[in-house]
Amino acid sequence: MQEKDKDYTKKRYGQVVPGGINQWPIVELSKNRQAFIREVAQDSIERIKNMATSREALIEEIETTLFREKLRVKRNPWAVDPEDDAKFLSSIKKRLLDISQIDDKKEIDQYLDGILNDIIMRYSSEIAGNFKKSRYRMARSIITFGFARLLNASRARGFWSIFSTQYTLQDKINITGEVEELRKLATKGTIIMVPTHFSNLDSILIGWVISTLGLPAFIYGAGLNLFNIKLFAYFMNSLGAYKVDRRKKNLLYLETLKSYSSMAIQRGCHSLFFPGGTRSRSGQIEKRLKLGLLSTAVEAQRVNYQNEKDNALKKIFVVPVTLNYNFVLEAPELIKQYLKLQGQERYYTENDEYSTSYKISAFLLKFFTKGSDISVSIGKAMDVLGNYVDAEGMSYDKQGRSIDTREYFTQDGEIISKNQQREDEYTRMLSERIVEEYHRINKVFASHLVAFTAFVMIKQSYKKLDLYNLLRLPEEDLTLDYDLFKSKIEQLLAKVKRMAGRGEIGVSPYLNGSVEEIIAHGLKNVGMYHAKRPLVQNKEGNITTDDLNLLYYYHNRLVGYNLEKYVS
Amino acid sequence: MSADWVGVIGSGSFGTAVANILARNTKVLLYVRNPETARTIEKERISVHQKLADNIKITNSLQELAEECNILFPMVPSSGFKEMIRELAPHLRPYHMMIHGTKGLVLDLPEKKSSDFTLSKEHLYTMSDLIKRETVVVRVGCMAGPNLASELAKGHPAATVIASPFNEVIQKGKNLLRSEHFQVYGNSDLRGVELCGVLKNIIAIGSGISSGLGLGENSRGLLVSRGLVEMIYIGQALGGEISSFIGLAGIGDLVATTFSTNSRNFTLGYKIAQGKTLEEALSEMEETAEGLNTIQLIKQLGDSQKLKPIITDTLYKILFEGMPPKEGLSYLMRLQTSIDINVM
Repeated sequence: MQEKDKDYTKKRYGQVVPGGINQWPIVELSKNRQAFIREVAQDSIERIKNMATSREALIEEIETTLFREKLRVKRNPWAVDPEDDAKFLSSIKKRLLDISQIDDKKEIDQYLDGILNDIIMRYSSEIAGNFKKSRYRMARSIITFGFARLLNASRARGFWSIFSTQYTLQDKINITGEVEELRKLATKGTIIMVPTHFSNLDSILIGWVISTLGLPAFIYGAGLNLFNIKLFAYFMNSLGAYKVDRRKKNLLYLETLKSYSSMAIQRGCHSLFFPGGTRSRSGQIEKRLKLGLLSTAVEAQRVNYQNEKDNALKKIFVVPVTLNYNFVLEAPELIKQYLKLQGQERYYTENDEYSTSYKISAFLLKFFTKGSDISVSIGKAMDVLGNYVDAEGMSYDKQGRSIDTREYFTQDGEIISKNQQREDEYTRMLSERIVEEYHRINKVFASHLVAFTAFVMIKQSYKKLDLYNLLRLPEEDLTLDYDLFKSKIEQLLAKVKRMAGRGEIGVSPYLNGSVEEIIAHGLKNVGMYHAKRPLVQNKEGNITTDDLNLLYYYHNRLVGYNLEKYVS
Repeated sequence: MSADWVGVIGSGSFGTAVANILARNTKVLLYVRNPETARTIEKERISVHQKLADNIKITNSLQELAEECNILFPMVPSSGFKEMIRELAPHLRPYHMMIHGTKGLVLDLPEKKSSDFTLSKEHLYTMSDLIKRETVVVRVGCMAGPNLASELAKGHPAATVIASPFNEVIQKGKNLLRSEHFQVYGNSDLRGVELCGVLKNIIAIGSGISSGLGLGENSRGLLVSRGLVEMIYIGQALGGEISSFIGLAGIGDLVATTFSTNSRNFTLGYKIAQGKTLEEALSEMEETAEGLNTIQLIKQLGDSQKLKPIITDTLYKILFEGMPPKEGLSYLMRLQTSIDINVM
C-alpha cells in the first residue's frame, strides 16, 4: 500500500492564529455574549419589520408564530425544551388579547414592539452558543487524547500500550484535500465550512478536524435535537455550537437564526453549518441545499463590502467538505424514514428518533477498537459566488482571470447596493456550486462500490418492480454470482478511475489493489456494525444481502453520477 | 465606466432596430464587427436600410464597448455568438449586465469524446448559458417576443419580454426599452423564454413551406397549434416552464413569425416549397435563418434522447434528406393524434 501512505499522511499542524486562543473572534463573541444576543435581537426585529410592513401584518405574524409554537409544545416536546415554554406562550397570548382593549394606535405599536422583543430575545438567547475557552480545551483533549488511548490499546494489545503514542485519531480519520489552502485562508478572511451530513457524529467529527488542522474554533449550527443527548450537548457547547431548532419554522425564529449567523460571520467568526439542513435520509449526497443559512454568507459578504472593512477579514470563503463513511450508525432508521417520507412528506414531523449517550458511547468504542476508516475531503475554497479562490484569497473565473468579488454587489458599476432578490439568486447559484463540488470531492470507498454494484444488479434482474416492491423481496432469494459481480465491479471501477483522472470524483487509496482485494475490503467494511449486514458472502462464495433497505441506503452514495449503465 | 451609455453588439437588422429603440431613452454605443462596415455606417448613418438615431455612436472596439457601458445587448446570430463572447470576455466585469436577443442554440461537444458519449441537453447551450460559461457576468437576461425587425424599424406598436432570474435586469431592460409604441413585460423563466424564441423558428419554417405549397390557413392553423404542442414538449425536456410558452415570447412570437412573410425562417420555408434547393434558398437570403440550425440540433438531441418531435423530424427530412415538401407536409397534416393537448 505504497499509494496509501502517500495520500494519507499523518501531520501535526501548528495553530494558524499565532496569538493563541485569546485572539479568536469566537472568544471575543462569547465574552460579550449578552451584548451580542441583544444586537442579534435588534437586527432580527428590523428584518421582521421590513417583511411585515403594516401593523396588521405584524400581528398576524406573531399570531401565526404563537399558534405553531403551541402546537409544537403540545405535539412534539423534546427533553431539551425549557420547562416554561407553555407558560411563556400563554403570557404572549394574553398580551395579544390585551391589544384589542387599546385605542391609541401609537400605544398599540409600542405594546406590539414589547411582545416582539420578548419573543425574539427568547429565541436569540436560545440560539446563541456558549463557548468557553476552558471547556473547549477540555473537550478537545478528551476527544484527541482519550480516543487515542483507546486506539492504541486496541491495536497494539496489552495494557501498557494504553500509553503508547503510536496511533492517533489521524490513523482512523484521514483528512485529505486542500488543507494548506484552508489554513492559509483562515488568516486572510472568514471561512464558511459547509460539509455533507450523514450522521449525528458529523458534528463532533468536524469539530475534531477543525482543531486538528490548527484552526481557531468555528461557530456552528447544530440541530437542537443533538442537545437532547447529554454527551453530545457537552461537546457541542464546548466546541462553539449554536442551536438550530428545525421544529420552529415560523418567520420570527428563522429571521433570528439568520441574524445570528450573519452577524457572527460579519464579526469574522469562522462558521460551519450543514447546508443540507438535516442528515441525508436516503444516503445520497445532498442534491438540494437549504438556502436560509447559506444566504447569510452572501449577505454578510455584502455588508462587509458596504462597511468597507479595512481589516483583512472582509472576504468570505466557502469551503465544501465531504465526510466519507463505510458505516453510518443511524442508517437503518434514516432509510426507513426516507421511504416513509417519499409518499407523504406533509405528514412528517421533525423527530428526534434516536439515541442515548450509552448507544453512542458503545458505537464509539466499537469504532475505535475495530477499524472502519473515515475520510474527510476538504474542497477548494470559493467566494460567495462560487468562483474558486487561491491561497491568497483572490477569486478567479473559469478562464483563470482574476475577479473582484465586490463588483457582483454593485449597481451601475460603482455603488454597492442591497438587493434582496439579487442575493437570493446568488444564494441559489452558490448552492448549486456547492453541490457540484460535493460530487467532485466525494471519495469512493470500496464499500460504496460493492453496495452500488450489488443493488443495481438486483434492480436490473427485477426490472418490472418499482422501488417499494423491490425492497419487499425476501432477502434470501437475492444471490449474485461472484464472478459476474466481479466483472461488473471491474467495469464500474474502470469508469470511476477515469472520472477520478478527470477530477470529477475522488477515490480511496484502497481502490488501487486487485479487484478481489477491493471486493473483500468492501464487503468487510460496508455497514460493518449493523446487526444485519447489507452485503455478505455466502458459503458458496456468492454475494447476498441480509437487509435490502440498508443495501439501498449504501448504494445511494454513488447515485447522481450516471454510473448505472456501467453495471449493466 | 458610465451609466449613460448602453451597448448593442451586432448591426444586423434586429440589432439596428433595438439600437434605435434604446436610443429613444439613452445614448447607444453600437458595435460593428467589420471595420469597413463600421466606417460606412458612421458616414451614412444608415444600417441595413434603417436610419440611425442621432444619439447612436458606432464603435469597432469591444474593449471600448465594455469600458463605456454597464449594460450590453448582444444581438448577433448564434453561429457567431461564441466567437464574439470569447473576444469580449476579457473586458467584462462582474458589474456588467447582459440582455441578448439571439434566438438560437449552440452545440458544444467535449474536445475528446469518450467511447460511451451520448448527446444530451447539457451539450446544447442557449446564449445565456454561453455568457455564463464564458464570462464573469451573472446578471443575464434575454429579450424575446414578436419583434420582427422590419416592423420595429417602422415604429409599429409592439411588445417584448425581458426574461431573467434577476429582477434588476428586468427592471433595467424595461427602463431602457419601454416607449410609447413599445411595451416591455417581465418573466423570471429565462430558460423557458429563450427556448420559446429558439423553437418557434422550427415551426416558422414549416409554416413557410405550407404557404409556399398554397395549403391555406386551415392547414396553417393546424400546423401552428400542433407546433406549439411540440415546442412545449421539447421545451420541457430542455428545462423550460410551460407557462412561458403560452405568453408573449411563446404563442405571441409563434403567431407573428408563422404568419409573416417578413420572417426569415418563414421565407426559407417558402423558397423550399417553391422547389428551390437548400443552397439556392440560402444564397438568396441576406441574413441567417436560425431555425435551420435549430432543426439539426433538435433532431440530433431527439435521436440520442429518444424524444420524438414529429414536426422537427419531418422538416429535417425535407431540408436535408430530399423528402419532397408536399409529401412531408401532407404526412404531418394526416397524422393521427387522438388527443388535442397532451403536454399540460
